[in-house]
Amino acid sequence: MRLDLIRASPTKPIVMPTPLPEHQRIVITGIGLTSPNGNNLSEFRSNLLAGKSGVVPFETRYIGQVLAGVCRFDELRHQKKKELRRGTRAGSISVYCAREAVVDSGWDWSSTAKDRVGVYIGITEHGNVETENEIFEISKFDYDTSTWSHHHNPRTVANNPAGEVTLNMGITGPHYTIGAACAAGNAGFIQGVQMLRLDEVDRVIAGGVSESIHTFGIFASFKSQGALAWHDDPTKASRPFDVHRNGIVVAEGGCLVTLERLPDAVRRGAKIYGEIVGYAINSDATDFVLPFAGRQADCMRLALSKAGITPDQIDILSSHATATGQGDIEECRAIREVFGDRPTLAVNNTKSFIGHAMGAAGALELAGNLPAFQDGIAHATINLDQLDPECGLPQIVANEPRQMGNVQYILNNSFGMLGINSVVIVKRFSA
Amino acid sequence: MAPGEIRHAILDILSRIVPDEDLSNLNDSVPFRDQMELDSMDFLDIVMELRKRYRIQIPEEDYPNLISMQGTVSYLTPLMKDIPARA
Repeated sequence: MRLDLIRASPTKPIVMPTPLPEHQRIVITGIGLTSPNGNNLSEFRSNLLAGKSGVVPFETRYIGQVLAGVCRFDELRHQKKKELRRGTRAGSISVYCAREAVVDSGWDWSSTAKDRVGVYIGITEHGNVETENEIFEISKFDYDTSTWSHHHNPRTVANNPAGEVTLNMGITGPHYTIGAACAAGNAGFIQGVQMLRLDEVDRVIAGGVSESIHTFGIFASFKSQGALAWHDDPTKASRPFDVHRNGIVVAEGGCLVTLERLPDAVRRGAKIYGEIVGYAINSDATDFVLPFAGRQADCMRLALSKAGITPDQIDILSSHATATGQGDIEECRAIREVFGDRPTLAVNNTKSFIGHAMGAAGALELAGNLPAFQDGIAHATINLDQLDPECGLPQIVANEPRQMGNVQYILNNSFGMLGINSVVIVKRFSA
Repeated sequence: MAPGEIRHAILDILSRIVPDEDLSNLNDSVPFRDQMELDSMDFLDIVMELRKRYRIQIPEEDYPNLISMQGTVSYLTPLMKDIPARA
């Protein structure tokens, strides 16, 4: 048994865990995604390495033109027109990502025991889009509530995105969403790992999705908060860590992965993207919206301790930074507290390319980094023209990808409102 | 609206509700559900669209009149006789 100690907080040491038995080791074997700059991992990765943004002008109800990350995937690849009409955008994104992930995994779907498949999808919110649409619709009828759609409830129940996946794919195992603000993508992965380790299911489809750009409310609320980004050049609007950053670019998107136990993946000769070796979720308990570096640092330390590794073993840190003033500063403070100024760490930021994909953010940001295990490159944080001295991390990969060589560990930060923090650590898999 | 125009209006509604279906060979005397994938929520969409487009309120006890095109047109003809056809 390993008895190494690392400090989880100034007052509370944590004992590193005993190495897990093989059947408790969980690996990622398939990835399905849609992001504003790519509809599969290969396209997404290519555009991240090429510095290509997916942020565009976007018309939204009542407000007019805003900037957003907009996905353009083939909705009819896996759904009928009727399914699209009946369901939600989040459901459609989920179905696309789930189907693509399963194809990528190489699972023989026809022989898969559907009652042993679990679907766990992180969401920042769900139902705002559908409710807003209905209110707009009945406004055309003098607010006659008899014109309110009977589809409203099935569209707005919180499990909708995951439920649409089960309906489309005939999955009879458990499904639900995990509401975790912008920490939701990581939370979906964590739920999947836990359910596999508990032997509740044998195969998992997990990650996060967001349809948030289709409600004006999220834009209006960020604008009222002084946290909605604008730039005359949309591709330069999302600029985490830059001194001239002026807020969030809201994006839609989704990323779902297939998870399974290592022995199952090895037995079938699966392609393994990486092993989820550590994770943590904690709460700031300080403020509705303001982040808190101390607890973010605790969360990273807790994930490191669960992984049984020390900070100097992390090669790439995928940051959460959303390009808000205080948020970026707090996360940099937390990273500095845990990792110091170790120059071999690469800190990057995917939101600078696609905006903030809310419930999908953590999932997309991790997925975009996973190919680094093969190509040895950390993609950059673009639009970083002048580093904010208050962020001041020397490890930020600014504007151009960085050759890393052998990448062993990736740490993915995802934080959200109401003070929820989540961290996932993935290890390169080698047989 | 004349019966033919009502039929056209219902076809237009159906094309939105069941967009994957080929409605060109619809048999008017056969129940909709025997000819296409149309569940109870879809059926309620027909009622909703009639309400929104033509301000026609159909009481629940009359829903059985709407099971086929023939029944629907017969039921709606007196209700829609003073409604002009949509362009």
